Amino acid sequence: MGTMDRRDFLAAGTTLAVGALVDPGMAFAQNTTTLRIAMTAADVPLPNGQTDQGAEGMRFVGYTLFDSLVLWDLSSATQPSRLVPGLATSWAPDPADRTRWIFKIREGVKFHDGSVFDASVAVWNFDKLLKDDAPQFDRRQAAQGRSRIPGVKAYRAIDPMTLEITTAVPDALLPYSIAWIVMSSRARWEASGRNWDNFIRNPSGTGPWRFDRYQPRERLELVRNPDYWNKNRVPRSERLVLLPMPEANTRVAALRSGQVDWIEAPPPDALESLRRAGMQVVTNVYPHNWPWHFSRVEGSPWNDVRVRRAANLAIDREGMKTLLGGLMVPAKGMVPPTSQWFGKPTFDVKFDPAAATKLMAEAGFSRAKPLAVKAIISPSGSGQMQPLPMNEFIQQNLAAIGIKVDFEVMEWNALLASWRAGAKDGSSRGAHSTNSSYFSQDPFTALIRHLDSSLFPPTGTNWGYYRDPDLDRLFGAIRTSFDPAAQEQAVQRAHEKIVDDALFLFVAHDVNPRAMSPRVKGFVQAQNWFQDFSPVVIG
Amino acid sequence: MLIYLIKRFVYTIPIMLGVAIVCFALVHLAPGDPLVSVLPPDASQDLKEQMTKLYGFDRPYHEQFGRWAGRAVQGDLGTSIRTGRPVVAEVGKAVGNTLMLAAVATFIGFVLGTLFGFVAGYFRDTWIDKAASALSVFGVSVPHYWLGMVLVIIFAAQLGWLPPTGAGPGGSDAWKWNWEHVRHMVLPAITMSVIPMGIIARTVRALVAEILSQEFIAGLRAKGLGDFGIFRHVVKNAAPTALAVMGIQLGYLLGGSILIETVFSWPGTGLLLNDAIFQRDLPLLQGTILVLAMFFVVLNLAVDVMQTSLDPRIERS
Repeated sequence: MGTMDRRDFLAAGTTLAVGALVDPGMAFAQNTTTLRIAMTAADVPLPNGQTDQGAEGMRFVGYTLFDSLVLWDLSSATQPSRLVPGLATSWAPDPADRTRWIFKIREGVKFHDGSVFDASVAVWNFDKLLKDDAPQFDRRQAAQGRSRIPGVKAYRAIDPMTLEITTAVPDALLPYSIAWIVMSSRARWEASGRNWDNFIRNPSGTGPWRFDRYQPRERLELVRNPDYWNKNRVPRSERLVLLPMPEANTRVAALRSGQVDWIEAPPPDALESLRRAGMQVVTNVYPHNWPWHFSRVEGSPWNDVRVRRAANLAIDREGMKTLLGGLMVPAKGMVPPTSQWFGKPTFDVKFDPAAATKLMAEAGFSRAKPLAVKAIISPSGSGQMQPLPMNEFIQQNLAAIGIKVDFEVMEWNALLASWRAGAKDGSSRGAHSTNSSYFSQDPFTALIRHLDSSLFPPTGTNWGYYRDPDLDRLFGAIRTSFDPAAQEQAVQRAHEKIVDDALFLFVAHDVNPRAMSPRVKGFVQAQNWFQDFSPVVIG
Repeated sequence: MLIYLIKRFVYTIPIMLGVAIVCFALVHLAPGDPLVSVLPPDASQDLKEQMTKLYGFDRPYHEQFGRWAGRAVQGDLGTSIRTGRPVVAEVGKAVGNTLMLAAVATFIGFVLGTLFGFVAGYFRDTWIDKAASALSVFGVSVPHYWLGMVLVIIFAAQLGWLPPTGAGPGGSDAWKWNWEHVRHMVLPAITMSVIPMGIIARTVRALVAEILSQEFIAGLRAKGLGDFGIFRHVVKNAAPTALAVMGIQLGYLLGGSILIETVFSWPGTGLLLNDAIFQRDLPLLQGTILVLAMFFVVLNLAVDVMQTSLDPRIERS
């Protein structure tokens, strides 16, 4: 055995220290099969199944560890995402009773703990959300899951491979709702002492990634599931490390220093420097909507369609896009113009200040005699993009045609509370609009929930108390169109009416920017809030 | 001494109660919802009301507070609304992480602050004094989150010498006192040390200048005592006040700096508080603030005791 004298020891120590200090490659030596992602969340989404932290939680924990009966096809960057079979191979309503749906369960699917997934486990999972007195009922998961399946009235396992779900009324949109509900392992919950807090320490799902390590508030480490039922989606990387980093500049520094390979939502003003540093910046249109949601209660200035159309024609969306460094798609409706649901509205949402001024004059307003409106905005918030500069930009545009905007600035969670309570509630402080970004991935979340007259608060989130029997009928047609093509057309008709009547101030769609090390290969950014990490490798 | 300690301990009870009441009231007065952390953003008012009932937030405020306070005196601070984890465990872990960072930052701040203070005091009105004073003013004045970001840009993003975030490559659970882990602490500790460094430097400078102008120093010089002997006397006289200032600064640092810990994603009490505030996680917020308030009280007590033992002229009333 060799010995090390003092000089050797000092030389070795110096080499190590200098190497670690000077060579970032050595300092952050990275296993090439590990993908490290910095999320925007302040904490790791709970790995319990029906996870928290909104869409980001579902993206990184919901659809990695777990699966739902119905999944999103996340393989295309150029086409809008569609639903595909997940733990169910097929689903269809009973022709004799449209409230009764039959889901055929995929055979041979096992949880990571080896237990079998079947219809009884699916029922057990619905009970954990909907049945308050079930032993496995979990109020945290219930809070997350219940709002996704409001129409589900009953469910039962007809046999191990057949699940029946009954809705309160015919609801052709049920598969979209079911796509939210992921399945946790009953066997692991039993083995965890029938305790969800214990389950979280060693969760088990059927997803393409298996649990390896969880350190609350700091990291979640997943490893590939080589036995995943969908062989096309077996992860190509060995390990996925998820790190919460709520501060945007910290995420940028972590990427640039090589501490992570991928960051969510880099700040727009950092993109150029990231590109110069050789990083990839990936964007794509997706079902995100950043509008002003109008109040339609009595006395609201937005009750006049001329004013609504004028406002929509007054916004210089291309100018706003420049302000955001190109990180937006100018809105022409509730869904992006490339969406399968956009249709062919006759009202073209564009920048035409002359036409806007004319409409305002017809309504009796001008710059000399402006219309005063009050708008709720937030200084920040999930999906809110850059709300302060964007709203100030709108304020200037509207002032130019004779609309004087007064802002009611609310902290993001306070804004959400007032949004739930509705425009008539005191928490909305008499405002005539609210500015909350919307998930618009299915017809219900994109359109119906905001405008259906049966969804006034507290039942639903029709914040502005909008009521139009014609639109209600169009929504009814969507809900009862069980043929996908017919349903798509029904959604288009409803969207056309919403645009033609200028029911919102259509402003922008986010493009979901992500920045990655040049070593990250194989990622396809789907037009979706969720993404597939299976094809990603570190080159 | 024992009676004094018991008395001081008894005084902490109304302080703790006051802190708990103020914290509870502030969280409920602020707009927003304590269930925001468990509800999806697009949940309806109906669902919110169902969950309010399930979590017991429909109960009158005094009943909610009474139930929480009753458990708190038994050492149970409840569970986090969002995670379901016990608040005591959450806070305990965060305090441990902040303690490590604060101890290192205090050490750096105390050593540098004392050094600059003594130098400035000894060489009063010279360029050395001006330079040391400028550094201490910089320390007190510079926004530390800004300094943190600048350090991250230079040493992490540009030079790649030090990691910008986290408490080690495997997280704080896998912490070890080796370079691989300690390097994660360097930038936040330096950033955190700047304010105590500035405050201690200014305090020590003023103390040293004042002590040097006192008659007993002139007497010692007249008796022929050398500079080193004088220095020892100055140190002995300045130490109690400097220690008291350091104790208070350590208390501030133990509270964790929300901004510094957020900038560096350091999993301490500051980051925990930040998360609890934004998530409106009431039990976590109340528990964290209560524990931090206790720290302050205990630390002040410890400093008082240390001061007394260093300087018998200080009497306890």
